[in-house]
Amino acid sequence: MSASAADGGLPELDIQPELTCALLVDFLREEVGQAGFSRALLGLSGGIDSAVSAALAARAFGAANVLAVNMPYRTSHPDSAAHAGLVADRLGLPVRAVDISAMADGYIETAGIAAGTSTAGASADTYAVRRGNVFARCRMIVLYDLSVEWRGLVVGTSNKTEMLLGYSTQWGDAAHALNPLGDLYKHQVYQLARYLEIPAELIDKAPSADLFEGQTDEQELGFTYAAADRILVRMVDERYGEDELVAEGFERELVRRIARKVVLSQYKRLPPVIAKLGQRSINHDFRYLRDWGI
Amino acid sequence: MDCNLAVCQTNPTLGNLSANLEMHVAAVDAARDSGAQIALFCELSLTGYFLKDQTAELALTVDTPFFAPLLERSHGISIAFGFAERARDGRLYNSVAFVEDGRVLHVHRKVHLVSYGMFDEGRDFGAGAGFTAFKSRFGHFGILICEDFWHLPGPYLYFLQGVDAMLVPSASPARGVSELDRDESGAARLRSGTVWQRLLEARALLTQTYIVHANRVGWEDGIGFGGQSSAVDPFGRELGRLPPIESGRLAVRLDTGATRRARVQTPLRRDEKVWLLREELARLEREGLVS
Repeated sequence: MSASAADGGLPELDIQPELTCALLVDFLREEVGQAGFSRALLGLSGGIDSAVSAALAARAFGAANVLAVNMPYRTSHPDSAAHAGLVADRLGLPVRAVDISAMADGYIETAGIAAGTSTAGASADTYAVRRGNVFARCRMIVLYDLSVEWRGLVVGTSNKTEMLLGYSTQWGDAAHALNPLGDLYKHQVYQLARYLEIPAELIDKAPSADLFEGQTDEQELGFTYAAADRILVRMVDERYGEDELVAEGFERELVRRIARKVVLSQYKRLPPVIAKLGQRSINHDFRYLRDWGI
Repeated sequence: MDCNLAVCQTNPTLGNLSANLEMHVAAVDAARDSGAQIALFCELSLTGYFLKDQTAELALTVDTPFFAPLLERSHGISIAFGFAERARDGRLYNSVAFVEDGRVLHVHRKVHLVSYGMFDEGRDFGAGAGFTAFKSRFGHFGILICEDFWHLPGPYLYFLQGVDAMLVPSASPARGVSELDRDESGAARLRSGTVWQRLLEARALLTQTYIVHANRVGWEDGIGFGGQSSAVDPFGRELGRLPPIESGRLAVRLDTGATRRARVQTPLRRDEKVWLLREELARLEREGLVS
C-alpha cells in the first residue's frame, strides 16, 4: 500500500496546517535567531520530510538564506535528485550538490563492508545496515562542514513517527541543531506538504530512505505509516495501554512490535549517559536550557 | 472606579534581567502613552519561564533597587510584573509584584505550582500560601498566577473578597493544533487558547468579575508560549483577545457599572452560603476525606 493511499482518513491526526505552519516558522526564526544565526541549511533528499522542512525554513529565513544540500551516492535512485531539484526550484533555494560516493566508498572499502563482499560470519543484511549508516553519517559530516561556511544552523527533517520507531541513524540523519518536524506524525507531514504546495511527485511516491536499491520505508518496517501513526498517537500522546489499543481494533502483535521499537530506540532520542560522580553533573542536575543566556 | 488597563503580551528573553527590564520600561511607557492606568505583564516576565537552575541565580528580593525604573514610572501608571522572588528567609517564589505610586503595593506568590508534564515548578519554587486582595488607586484586585486560576479556591476567595478584577498573568505553552480545535467560524485556534477562553468565561460568570489574562509569546528550547491574552467582563463576555504568536497590547476598560449591573441581575455573592462551605469542610475533615 502506498503511503499516499494509506494516509487518508485519519481525522484524529488531522492538524490545522495554517496554524501549524505559522508556529513552526516562528519557532525556526526565533530559536535560530537566539543562537545568533539568521541562516539555515538542510539535506534535501527528494523525499517529503526534507521538502517540508525546507519550505518552512524558506518561509522563516527567506529562500536565499536556506542552503539546500543534495548528497547523492552513486546508487541513489535518480528520482531522488530530480525531486530535490524540483523542490529547490519551486522554493527558490540555493543548491549545493555534494556526491558522497568517494567519501563513503573510501570507508566502506577500508571497513570491508562493500556490497558483494564475503560476509565472513556476519549476514549480508548487517553489511547493508552498516553501509546505510555510513551514508547517513557522511551526509551529517557534509552538512556540519558546510554549516561553518554557510554560517547557518542545520535544520532537521525527522518526523515524530520515524523518531519514535527509531527509524533513523544516530549521529546521521538524527543529527541536527533543531527540528521543526519532530512533533508531527507522518500523516501530519503529508498534510503540511499539501498546504505548502510541495510538488505532487513527492507526495505521491512511496517514502524511502533510498539507502539501497528498491528500498521503501514501509516494506522495511513491515507495517504502514498510517497504521504506525494511528497506534503511536494513542500510545504516546493519549497514553492508551495495550489492552485499550486492542479494544480499539488494533492487532495485538502489531501494537507490541511498535511498542517494542519505541522502547528499544529510546537511546537514539537522548544524549549519551554520563556517570554521576560529583555534586552537579551534566544532564543530571546541572539544569539549564540550551537558550540559557544567549 | 473605572480604569483603563493594558495587557502587555511580550516575549521575555530567558535569563536576561536587564534586557527584560528594558522591554518592560518600553512597554510601560507605550501603555501609558496610550492612556492606560495599569500595565499587566505575564508570569515571570522579568526572567523568562523555564529557569531551572537559573531560578536561584536570578531571584530578587522585593526591596531590590533593580525595580527602580518601574517604581519611578509607577507614579503615572500602576504595573504588575512577574519575577523570581527571594524571600528574607531564603525561600524562592514565583511572584507577581503590583507597583504603584513609587512603591511595591502588593506581592502575590504563586500558590499552585505546576509539577507535571513539561512543568517542574515545585522543584525550584516554594508555594505561596494565600489569596489576598489589595486596594489600588484603581480598585480592588486579586492576582492569580497561571495554575492558581485553574484551581477553585483562588477565584472563589477573591469572589468572597469582592474584587473588581482578577489579574491573571501566565506563561501558558501553545499546545494542540488538531483540526478538531478549530473555532466555530473555521478560524485557526490553538487548543490551549480555547481551553483558557472557556475557563476565563466560566470563572467570570461564576464570580461576576472582570478577569484579565496576560500570557506571553516566544520560544524556550522548543516550547512556544501561546499568547492569546484576553479579557472577559463580569457577564462572561470576551472583551478582546490578542493573537497567538506576536507580541502586542490589549486595551481593556474596567467599568464598575457593568460589574454592578451583573451583580444586581444575578446576586450570586449575596446568596453565597459560606457557612455551608465551612461546615461541610469540617465534616469532610472529620470523615478523613480532606486534610
